[in-house]
Amino acid sequence: MRTGWNVAEVISVKSETRQARTLRLRLPGLTGHRAGQHVDVRLTAPDGYTAVRSYSVASALPGDELDITVEELDDGEVSPYLVRQVAVGDQLEVRGPVGGWFVWDPSDASPVQLIAGGSGVVPLMAMLRAHAADGTDAGYAAPFRLLYSVRGPDSVFYRAELAELAASPLVEVTFIYTRTSPPGSSTPPGRLDAATLATSVLPPTDNPAVFICGATAFVETVADWLTQAGHSPARIKTERYGGTGTRP
Amino acid sequence: MGIISPGFLGRRRRDDPALPPGQYLTESFPVLSAGPTPRIAPEDWEFTITTETGAVHRWNWDEFLALKQDDVTTDIHCVTSWSKLGTSWRGVSLDTLFESVESEAEFTMAHSYGGYTTNVPLEDLLDGKAWIAHQFDGETLEPEHGGPARLLVPHLYFWKSAKWVTGLEMLRQDEPGFWESNGYHMYGDPWREERYW
Repeated sequence: MRTGWNVAEVISVKSETRQARTLRLRLPGLTGHRAGQHVDVRLTAPDGYTAVRSYSVASALPGDELDITVEELDDGEVSPYLVRQVAVGDQLEVRGPVGGWFVWDPSDASPVQLIAGGSGVVPLMAMLRAHAADGTDAGYAAPFRLLYSVRGPDSVFYRAELAELAASPLVEVTFIYTRTSPPGSSTPPGRLDAATLATSVLPPTDNPAVFICGATAFVETVADWLTQAGHSPARIKTERYGGTGTRP
Repeated sequence: MGIISPGFLGRRRRDDPALPPGQYLTESFPVLSAGPTPRIAPEDWEFTITTETGAVHRWNWDEFLALKQDDVTTDIHCVTSWSKLGTSWRGVSLDTLFESVESEAEFTMAHSYGGYTTNVPLEDLLDGKAWIAHQFDGETLEPEHGGPARLLVPHLYFWKSAKWVTGLEMLRQDEPGFWESNGYHMYGDPWREERYW
């Protein structure tokens, strides 16, 4: 566990959507991280004013590099800077990665159900990548499913890579488009409901490890539906983004 | 001072002396939980204090509400960096609950419905520093914020204020609770930024 502030360098940037960007950071001395952890990023203004925010790690890299994907919030203080202004070669102060609960352990061979609301896909992507990268541990054989609720096709993070991952017989990715369906789709857009959820996720009889990440209201509602459908609360781990959010 | 980010200006918030280091103000009330929200009906709720000798002091909902009620206005500080100033709560002081408890143990473990635990030294619960709260802002405490009742220990980071609390276990030695076993600090003083190990 790395708990002090360290200087990280931005070594590449990649747009995910119009509002979101992935930053690859190099943290000297870092030796990998666990899938699902987050880092704190501290920005300091020229007059010494500082602001700190937490961002989930998106990558599953073994060395001293990691990715964060940041979505610009309308009223954000730190996110607009990270999405619009930071450039390759810039330095940022980073604390972590931290977190020992909302993490997937590659030695766990349980089936895994991931459920993302919007940018909540970020730590779940780290789990999918860790699963794909690790061909030796027991967890590699675990079936992984991602249910990804998102406004429309333009808002999907990691689109091409998710399509590649879903080619594995062990991985299944299902999108729920809440506002705009893809062109040619016969399914109208709409929010996730309990019935769709029940038919889209691994059944309680499989006893999957469930990870849910998204805005608070999304996570609350989905977790309630799952427990009502017979999933054990002890098998459901949640990570909630602060502030106000929409229901599914 | 750390690395300067040229062009970063920030929100220019007023420099509030009530804000511990590394915290920012929020007007909303974010939620941080590790799993699904337990739904506990007040008639099924109980609160216990279990001493190191195994003696159990028990209150059901009606008995709990019949105790002396305190109205508390306080600042709260979450380890995820938000602080909320001047929040108002109603609940029962731990001083009231501990009046009849005989114990020599100096540590406690709070236990919640759903299995959450967090450790708090006894001295941080007494002398008007902590409550079992059941109202927020004049309203019944919502389940997602810990209702029917949560521990309120506002001088420590808010993960110590266990939601859905159902008991305190007296311990002779300090032991880590849930988040304390998952990377968070054993004590959690926001003014000393005791966030992580």
